[in-house]
Amino acid sequence: MLEIRNLHVNVADQEILKGLNLKVNAGEVHSIMGPNGSGKSTLAQVLAGRASYEVTEGEIIFEGKDLLGLAPEERACEGIFMAFQYPVEIPGVANTYLLREALNSIRKYRGLEPLKHVEFAKLAKEKMGIMGMPDNLLKRSVNEGFSGGEKKKNEIFQMEILEPKLAILDETDSGLDIDALKVVADGVNALRNPERAFVVITHYQRLLDYIVPDFVHVLVDGRILKSGGKELAFELEDRGYGWVEEEAGKAVNN
Amino acid sequence: MSVDLEKLAEQEYKYGFFTDIEQEIAPKGLGENTIRMISSKKEEPEWLLEWRLKAYKHWLTMKEPQWAHVTFPPIDYQNISYYAAPKTKDRPKSLDEIDPEIRKTYEKLGIPLDEQMMLAGVAVDAVFDSVSVITTFKEKLAESGVIFCSISEAVREHPELIKKYLGFVVPQHDNFYAALNSAVFTDGSFVYVPKGVRCPMELSTYFRINAESTGQFERTLIIAEEGSYVSYLEGCTAPKRDENQLHAAVVELIAHKDATIKYSTIQNWYPGNAEGEGGIYNFVTKRGRCVGRNSRISWTQVETGSAITWKYPSCILEGDDSVGEFYSVALTNRRQQADTGTKMIHIGKNTSSTIVSKGISAGHGQNTYRGLVQIGKDASGARNYTQCDSMLIGDKCGAHTFPYIEVKNSTAQMEHEASTSKIGEDQIFYCQQRGLSAENAVSLIVNGFCKEVFKELPFEFAIEAEKLLSISLEGSVG
Repeated sequence: MLEIRNLHVNVADQEILKGLNLKVNAGEVHSIMGPNGSGKSTLAQVLAGRASYEVTEGEIIFEGKDLLGLAPEERACEGIFMAFQYPVEIPGVANTYLLREALNSIRKYRGLEPLKHVEFAKLAKEKMGIMGMPDNLLKRSVNEGFSGGEKKKNEIFQMEILEPKLAILDETDSGLDIDALKVVADGVNALRNPERAFVVITHYQRLLDYIVPDFVHVLVDGRILKSGGKELAFELEDRGYGWVEEEAGKAVNN
Repeated sequence: MSVDLEKLAEQEYKYGFFTDIEQEIAPKGLGENTIRMISSKKEEPEWLLEWRLKAYKHWLTMKEPQWAHVTFPPIDYQNISYYAAPKTKDRPKSLDEIDPEIRKTYEKLGIPLDEQMMLAGVAVDAVFDSVSVITTFKEKLAESGVIFCSISEAVREHPELIKKYLGFVVPQHDNFYAALNSAVFTDGSFVYVPKGVRCPMELSTYFRINAESTGQFERTLIIAEEGSYVSYLEGCTAPKRDENQLHAAVVELIAHKDATIKYSTIQNWYPGNAEGEGGIYNFVTKRGRCVGRNSRISWTQVETGSAITWKYPSCILEGDDSVGEFYSVALTNRRQQADTGTKMIHIGKNTSSTIVSKGISAGHGQNTYRGLVQIGKDASGARNYTQCDSMLIGDKCGAHTFPYIEVKNSTAQMEHEASTSKIGEDQIFYCQQRGLSAENAVSLIVNGFCKEVFKELPFEFAIEAEKLLSISLEGSVG
């Protein structure tokens, strides 16, 4: 589904990603872990198409298409969704309004008829139930005055509505208490299926107790230094990231 | 992306067509003869001619105001024609007698004049250059005693009301453009709502400038008697031309005891092209007097058109407990300039006023809010709330705010909030990541910014206003 080859990315003329490779197949959940400043969020932003991130080398193929040639909204319409680490507030725009516009924009791209108000309302109500969100969050302005937990739940709620092929969760666990974390994880797990893939970016192993990954990758200084199964996450939790770097250093020296 | 956006920007003004009909256009120039000609065309009584001439004499002694934050080359008032009207033998008495081309024009503008085809519950007065071509639903309104007609007709049919109220709010010598208007005004709407009547329909006037080198000098007068209610809306468009055209209107509102007037404007005059050539100079004096106790005047304006807007819809709160409101969205894109705001003059006791102003600047647009809140010495218990927000899109535009507050009574409560924000790249990206184009994202964010104002508009027009804002913003990103 997604293949990233030798990706180099500059932010403000500084190289953040230095030759990253990653392959994600449909139905898989990949977790990207790594210390602060290793380039985890940069990877998420580049996949979503943020303009201020400059790709200097490498390519990203998504479902056979050159992803880097597509505008952010085209990527969204192709089925890429990013749950933001810091969801923005949009005053005066009702949550439900943005979401209906978004869904209908994606449907239009795919040659589908727009959903009518009633149909959308029904869909939204159903998904709200899954996330245990109060109705008034739909009518309120996008993320305005939402608590940290509500913002993150809202991201997952949007994901439920938009049903992406590839969902990228950028530190969705940060700032969540354990109850909110469970709700978020349940939302994600409910969407796991053989056609859909997830890239879960996190700093802590904690989230992975609830969203169990198929693969764990360790990102250090702009490169994936080690990949493994879910047990790698536990090892990281016990031993930190230092040993991965040492191991990689030896490999290079040998 | 930017190439496509440029194309969009060029085609965005969809009302820029010209209607080719036979018109009677007065020779360019302004003098006493011009005024006599206009007055005689309108078959006006002698007193009104004298009233016009008095205004003209005063105008000759006045200078154009220079304090507004706008720049434009001097206007040659002798190079303007002051009267243009479609050629017809008589005033059309019914729809069938109107030139089909004019009917088509209004259909193209989305304002069908056929009562069956119109929005339910909206009566229209259609002003084409210097004359009103028709007013719909007059009979139906008359059943409840409401008079809705062109001001020219009101001069003939209701002279006592005109004599009493013309200049009641905006005196002839009020300011340069108001004096000019008082001398040469041609047409506009007249509304009279009798005591205790709630006007059963929305009233609206649609102003169309069509003729070349012509100024439009609209005059509108709305009187709400004790305990009455009326909601009125005006819309304006003009053809695309390289020259600038002057629209200098005067609007007067009078609200008696317990009466409410809601006045909404959707102003979409041709704004000029990307280089700032052409477009309407919209120099307008709008003012209302809350003369009666517990009366209310509410102005809502959505200003997206015009090369230059100079406009301060104001309220004079004379009656105790009277209420003045001003809700404004002003958008300047390309080279547009707007200097707009309001004056709230508190005279009566326990008077209150609300000002919500949303300025949006894009392209090279310059957007100024200018407002005065004045609390007189006898206005005990007066309250004002002002909220003044500016949004910038891009880095070549400007937002300016000049709030003036004068308080002569220590019991007054004043609140003033102001903000300036740049439309966030983060917000746009967030919307894009959800599947919206950058253009749609900007339009969504700006409409959210203006929501507090749009909710004051009658429902159908709120939707129109949102669409209009989106169209006016095209070409502002990229």
